[in-house]
Amino acid sequence: MPALLEVQDLKKYFRTGSGMLHAVDGINFSLEAGKTLGVVGESGCGKSTLGRTILHLLDATGGRMSFDGEDITNPKRAELRGLREKMQIIFQDPYSSLDPRKSVGETIMEPLKIQGALPKGDMIAETRRLMDSVGLAARFENSYPHELDGGRRQRIGIARALSLNPKFIVCDEPVSALDVSIQAQIINLMLDLQEERGLTYMFVTHDLSVVKYISDDIMVMYLGQMVEMAPADELFRDTRHPYTKALLSAIPIPGIHGKTKRILLRGEITSPINPGPGCRFMARCRHASEGCSQPQTLEECSPGHFVACHIHGEIV
Amino acid sequence: MEEQGNLLEIRDLAVEYHTDEATIYAVNHIGLTVKKGETIGLVGETGAGKTSIARSILGILPMPPAKIVSGEILYRGNELLRLPEREMRKIRGNKIAMIFQDPMTALNPIETVGFQIAETIRQHDSVSQVEANRRACDMLEMVGIAMGRFGDFPHQFSGGMKQRVVIAMALACNPELLLADEPTTALDVTIQAQVLEMMQSLRERLETSVMLITHDLGVVSEFCDSVAVVYAGEIVERGTVEDIFDRPGHPYTLGLFGSLPRLDATERRLKPIKGRMPDPTNVPEGCRFCDRCPRAEDRCSKSPPAESEIAPGHAVKCFFAPQR
Amino acid sequence: MRKTRKKSKLKDLWRRLKRNKLAVAGLVVLALLIFVAIAAPLLAPYGYSVQDSKASYAAASPEHPLGADKLGRDLLSRLIVGARASLMMGSIAVSIAASIGIAIGATAGYFGGWTDNISMRVLDIYQSIPMLLLCITLAAILGPSLQNAIIALGVCSVPGYARLMRASVLTVRDKEFIEAARAVNAGNARIILQHIVPNAMAPLIVEITMGIGSCILAGSLLSFVGLGVQPPTPEWGTMIAEGRNVMREHPTLALYPGICVMLSVLSCNLLGDGLRDALDPRLRN
Repeated sequence: MPALLEVQDLKKYFRTGSGMLHAVDGINFSLEAGKTLGVVGESGCGKSTLGRTILHLLDATGGRMSFDGEDITNPKRAELRGLREKMQIIFQDPYSSLDPRKSVGETIMEPLKIQGALPKGDMIAETRRLMDSVGLAARFENSYPHELDGGRRQRIGIARALSLNPKFIVCDEPVSALDVSIQAQIINLMLDLQEERGLTYMFVTHDLSVVKYISDDIMVMYLGQMVEMAPADELFRDTRHPYTKALLSAIPIPGIHGKTKRILLRGEITSPINPGPGCRFMARCRHASEGCSQPQTLEECSPGHFVACHIHGEIV
Repeated sequence: MEEQGNLLEIRDLAVEYHTDEATIYAVNHIGLTVKKGETIGLVGETGAGKTSIARSILGILPMPPAKIVSGEILYRGNELLRLPEREMRKIRGNKIAMIFQDPMTALNPIETVGFQIAETIRQHDSVSQVEANRRACDMLEMVGIAMGRFGDFPHQFSGGMKQRVVIAMALACNPELLLADEPTTALDVTIQAQVLEMMQSLRERLETSVMLITHDLGVVSEFCDSVAVVYAGEIVERGTVEDIFDRPGHPYTLGLFGSLPRLDATERRLKPIKGRMPDPTNVPEGCRFCDRCPRAEDRCSKSPPAESEIAPGHAVKCFFAPQR
Repeated sequence: MRKTRKKSKLKDLWRRLKRNKLAVAGLVVLALLIFVAIAAPLLAPYGYSVQDSKASYAAASPEHPLGADKLGRDLLSRLIVGARASLMMGSIAVSIAASIGIAIGATAGYFGGWTDNISMRVLDIYQSIPMLLLCITLAAILGPSLQNAIIALGVCSVPGYARLMRASVLTVRDKEFIEAARAVNAGNARIILQHIVPNAMAPLIVEITMGIGSCILAGSLLSFVGLGVQPPTPEWGTMIAEGRNVMREHPTLALYPGICVMLSVLSCNLLGDGLRDALDPRLRN
């Protein structure tokens, strides 16, 4: 199966007062149609920037991208229009991602209006169909976002993303702001939609337990770089990178039996502004040794399992 | 006998918010005790009334619109709700301290962190500036921040460090009860692990009782001795951590566990609770969970179930609670 | 269905506004003034330029409730008709200023970069000249007339609105719903008109209300120095100027138009203050 999305050495730097901030620094991956790639990392690791750069909401500093067999690194205006109809985004915050002065119907219909391919009556019908498919009752059509709870708002965001019938959706922490019981409803909705429409997801989150549920492959990012990528089950079964290990052990498990010892990280987080060539996790890593100040290469330790740590085989 | 170990006792507390159009029933006649040295977790979703409970204890509910319509809060036998503000001020911060979710808003951006901690100490103990500074340094050390950062400003700290400073401030006067309102929600997991570990060791050292308000069952299971599950302004289940995690009795508690994505799970689908929390301005007459409950019967929507103790210390507010 | 929604938003605003008694008082006075201005020909007991040499400097009497001026023109009638010019100056000048200001502020704030830099530096220079001086100079160049006074006032008040709009746009610009609009192919014009401006308007509404007051005041001043409304058309500022010469003997000639100016400015400010509170989302409940 050919890859739907292919990303090579993607870079996104931001100019700041004190130097270049390396938000995304040399990311490679390819994603098959109908699959879900989970991107995990803590705040500031560049996972949201990665998603926005792929969607051309931000301009890439370097690297190549191709989508559906076509190069999309520097699309022309008209190409970008077509591209955005195939690639969409669902945002984290269902409060700030909806225009407070637009009704539910207006928000969902906006992409169709801009596309301008349907007559008005069809647009209204399509909007209702979209609302129905994300589980929003028709009576909310004229409601405003502030009148609805977080779960329903997130359904609006999903309906808006689906309105142009995209193939690929970047989900930027879509459930982080929701309560547990609502979060489960939205995750299930997203899984259902993926099955029905054959969607491909890039699911960006800081929550490893959520990502395990929804992903086929998981990429762990640290300060703009990929430190480990593996099929979901394998990442949890055979964790290789010291950062992934620490991240996994830090998640409080809801249960009182079989507690594992937490790996506590010490040391300051390396600044993403003009970072050195070595491993960026070094300052907090308890296995840090001399070889860590050299650039780390991505090594395939088993099929589909990549890790960027030169001593990953030696640590337990 | 039992009464003696109770540091804090809440009886029949009810809080309402009155606005022009509607009355929000935020806390609905709840009872709760915190024993000395105990850590109790208050678990529930947004809008369940957890924060209103904590604010009532500290007497910092915004009144109006809030109104305490019934109940009493006994702290070491003293009724806090009838205490004059002057007396309350001596307890607040000194005996009972609170940590808020957002460390950014709790710190003054134009004063050094050391000064802010020292100020808190001086407000409650009449000590000299030098003495207060010395104790502030000790506090910083205790939460794992180098003394050399005494003169730094809040913006020079990362989020996790700021939350530690806030904790240092809250613990500066050696309070007997610490109310922690989602203290780690805004933090990354690796930083959360550090902060929780630190709070754990401080609690053991200082013997502070803690009321931890959170929506994260994982944090509760790692940090708390007992748990109260809050739903739509009511405590639907309370008991020890073992009671709640091994023998959950209320359908809502069960539903919460079903909704939770777990690292150790194998199935591909979560089992969410259907529907959503009732509108707090228009709560059902019977059990507040009945619209979402898989076991609901006729009687559930007619009258609210009473709390029944299914094992010593393990109480469930449900008609289907297994009787002892 | 949609109509009732929009209406309920207005109703919501009114509910919060009416808690503020002073703002309601301001609104009532303003409404009254506008009514008087519109219905002036019907309300005024005399024509504004009807002279009656016998009534020169007449004191208040049943025929002339507020007295008459040097030429024996009825003061009350002139005040009533004068409301037209004054309110027109206030409202039209503010409309001109606000529309130009909003356009500049929204573009500068949304695009940022050099667009923002250039327009803000131009405004800096603009604002370093005292507004009234600029206004008087402009009115003098254009020539004295009501129309030119309005243009001068409008052009001179642009910077305040532009800056406020820019600041307000900056807070809206980085919201995720703007990014969401871009992700569904919305163009810049659509984003600015559909998403940015409606969400950035709240502080502007307050400023506009208050601006009417200050434009009435500045307009009277222009007329006072002879650059605004030309005699015999009455306007409060011109009336003060005429009454000034006989302040000692007949203080009411300057006093009454003075009170009118004060009342209109005060009511605009009170209403503006009230709107500011009512529109503040933090105070919503």
